[in-house]
Amino acid sequence: MPLSVSHYLVVSAILLVIGIFGIFMNRKNVITIMMSIELMLLAVNLNLVAFSGALGDLTGQVFTMFVLTVAAAEAAIGLAIVVTYFRNRGSIAVEDVNLMKG
Amino acid sequence: MNWLVALPEIALAILAMAILLVGAFAPKPGAFRLASMLSLGALLITTGLVAVAPQGIGYGGLFVADAFSRFVKVVILASAALAIILSLDFNEREDEMARFEFPVLILFASAGMLIMVSANNLMTLYLGLELQSLALYVIAAFARDTLRSAEAGLKYFVLGSLASGLLLYGISLVYGFSGSMDFSRIATALLAPKPSAGLIVGMIFVLTGLSFKIAAVPFHMWSPDVYEGSPTSVTALLGSAPKVAGIALLLRVMLVPFGHLLPQWQLLIEIVSIASMVLGSLAPIMQTNVKRLLAYSAIGHVGYALMGLAAGNANGVTDTLVYLATYAFMALGSFAVIIAMRRQGRPVETIADLSGLGRNDGALALVLAVFLLSMAGLPPFSGFFAKLYVFLAAVHSGLWTLAAFGIITSIFGLYYYLRIVKVMYFDAPAGVFDHRAPSLSFVIAATGIVTTFFIVVLGPVTAAAQAAAQALLG
Repeated sequence: MPLSVSHYLVVSAILLVIGIFGIFMNRKNVITIMMSIELMLLAVNLNLVAFSGALGDLTGQVFTMFVLTVAAAEAAIGLAIVVTYFRNRGSIAVEDVNLMKG
Repeated sequence: MNWLVALPEIALAILAMAILLVGAFAPKPGAFRLASMLSLGALLITTGLVAVAPQGIGYGGLFVADAFSRFVKVVILASAALAIILSLDFNEREDEMARFEFPVLILFASAGMLIMVSANNLMTLYLGLELQSLALYVIAAFARDTLRSAEAGLKYFVLGSLASGLLLYGISLVYGFSGSMDFSRIATALLAPKPSAGLIVGMIFVLTGLSFKIAAVPFHMWSPDVYEGSPTSVTALLGSAPKVAGIALLLRVMLVPFGHLLPQWQLLIEIVSIASMVLGSLAPIMQTNVKRLLAYSAIGHVGYALMGLAAGNANGVTDTLVYLATYAFMALGSFAVIIAMRRQGRPVETIADLSGLGRNDGALALVLAVFLLSMAGLPPFSGFFAKLYVFLAAVHSGLWTLAAFGIITSIFGLYYYLRIVKVMYFDAPAGVFDHRAPSLSFVIAATGIVTTFFIVVLGPVTAAAQAAAQALLG
């Protein structure tokens, strides 16, 4: 069975859903949330590359490069904020992030 | 290639990097004030360049400068400048806040916002949005020795990244099913009699991601925590410029590439708008913290501003733009008053702390009353005209339910705004606030004058907003 673009779309949708669930269902650690965010961005990259190949258009692959770069910057800033939080709270458990109830 | 269309953004980015270097080499004690002054100069130069830069499409269709982007950019730059002036005194009184990175980060966020409103391609949109968001995550956690600020930054980061992820997923679907990231080519692809389901799902993801960024119900849950936890000088910025940029971006995205899908998204925007207005009028009633109250009130204002988008025509765009311009000044002014709430060197931020302000400091109480009554939508303040316009836009487009909800929620909203006015004028005084810095008085006076006497400039502002709407839809 040859791979069509819809196979890629299904895998990417599954990855995205795992990422979203990782953010909302996770009650343990903020680092897991950051991994889930990365997973979502990678799902998007997979989508973009698959579409780019199917359409024969390079824009999607160029955008993937941008997304990878931004994801790296985002991870750096996220980790910096987590370090700041840990210094103040002494913990990065999700259930401890509860000073303000929203 | 017409590279001059992005001159303001290029200049702002270069100036911000230069100021970063100046701050790094300047002697420590004065670096914050020096960087702030230079940043104000940079914003002034950028505003001048926005006025003179040529209009048109540049960079192979990635970037567009038109009357719409010009109008929004002026509002954004003015809000950012006022936020920097507000931070001058506040950051020096707080521990560890008077660092030169603060104004530089505001400049980077402003550059991101300018790119957002000039985006003519989904790639430009994403990069502008991320430049803005990444800078804002950092300044939300800027008081790094305060747990509340760190928690605000963490929450803002996690939910902001989730929003970016959903937005990106939408972008990837729109790209795949329309074959392009260019706004005008997407619009052409949507001319087909029956747009594909993938495109509509993609559009809904994009709409969700952007709703997160502007804190519209049901994607608002991060905003009260972030507003409350961030240092007040940051909250003042978060409540003004990014909202203006986000809603302007939403206007362009929904009306230019997805304009032909109006029947599909109009109901969604209506629902989001009604839900935001209802939450914004009911949730603040239970709040005791003024910053949190204003966060819920801001959610309500996003709902009112979206009424113009729901109308989906040039008239509605004009009214949303007028709403954004008036709201930015009201929000900055009310946060400036909160910054002025300080006793024995510590900031206080509950409603009870405002007791008897009318007797202790008549001028401050009067200005805060003006902002609150303007937000409630009472004449003759700016908020009245803004609300009247969006209601009229909704009625002209036949959205009677939306207009009715707008009027009912405005009446409910009046209750909690008037409650604060009552606390200020009729409760027993709770002690005098510390002396205000001149920079703070300047912002309070400037925003107060704009809010009170908005009727004087109503004609020119509306004309500029109309030209902007024509440029967007014409």
